[in-house]
Amino acid sequence: MRRSSAGELKGKDISMHELPITESILKIVLKHAEMNRVRKVMAIHLKVGKLSDLEDDWIQRYFDYLSKGTLAEGAKLKIERTPIMVQCNTCFTSYEAEMARMGDLVCPACGEKGGTLLSGREYYIKEMEVQ
Amino acid sequence: MGDIRLIEVKEEILSDNIKQAEEVRERLRKTKTMLLNLMSSPGSGKTSLILQTVEGLKGAMRLGVIEGDIDSTVDAEKVAARGIPAIQLRTGGFCHLDATMVTRGIDAMAVNEFDLVIIENVGNLVCPAEFDTGAHKNVMILSVPEGDDKPLKYPLMFSICDLLLVNKIDYLSLSDFDMAALRKRVLTLNPRITILEVSCKTGAGIEGWIDWLKGEVAAFKGLK
Repeated sequence: MRRSSAGELKGKDISMHELPITESILKIVLKHAEMNRVRKVMAIHLKVGKLSDLEDDWIQRYFDYLSKGTLAEGAKLKIERTPIMVQCNTCFTSYEAEMARMGDLVCPACGEKGGTLLSGREYYIKEMEVQ
Repeated sequence: MGDIRLIEVKEEILSDNIKQAEEVRERLRKTKTMLLNLMSSPGSGKTSLILQTVEGLKGAMRLGVIEGDIDSTVDAEKVAARGIPAIQLRTGGFCHLDATMVTRGIDAMAVNEFDLVIIENVGNLVCPAEFDTGAHKNVMILSVPEGDDKPLKYPLMFSICDLLLVNKIDYLSLSDFDMAALRKRVLTLNPRITILEVSCKTGAGIEGWIDWLKGEVAAFKGLK
């Protein structure tokens, strides 16, 4: 049986926010697969910000489960983690921050505390490898 | 088997939810109903705060509540017992509310009859921060027993909120909670956030919260 979208599985009793995110990934991937008349999706390249708590293993596991019987069955998720970038509010230097240090940000250029988040929250599908 | 080729996708994974959230915000802008998303860990005092808010806003504005707690009607019953319309969403074990679930909630209530609708999100500091509910304002509670280090562990939650309520300040004398350190950590993450100290148990600081709410609702409705 082929499912046209992941929507039918909504409401199944699995928690964790990896599930709805994986559903969205599958939905978008299948849309592009149909638009491009592909036979099979081999791999999906994702960009996920380091501020996200997503677990790569869980996304793959949910994806394997949700994609059964679709063009994307068996596709590998290749997740690129994009850095958390912060801009200093005083000297406007951009610098990379670690998740664990977000509460104690210090600009490496001028020493000013705090800053504005530039990136690190991405949830993005870049491209996919298809046949 | 044919050759493998690359297709550009370039799509936001959460675009459906972001779109739905924008629709919710726009719809409620038209009915002049401010939607407020209340988030915290389990047991930090979301329901107690809502009960205090019901009392504090009595006669000042029309308040409705959307309860998102996991498969239980305990919270909705407590709120409804105070005469406030409350909708219980059955989240079926989900760890957060998204804009589609919130839409179901506002569909079930006559939103145009309210000045303010508070969503009590699922108790969790991780997932609710990732999903836009369509609320106009995001508020979180951190209670003193949870500790002053939480901004270091859950930076995203603290960075998306407009207001932080530090609840259970009646416990301060019993704990090593460092309020100055907390404020510094939170403001480093989010310089725009307002921080208020309250105790839902003793009522301390609740007036400040009620004033903040009244000010925000008046500004939202264009009265200020």
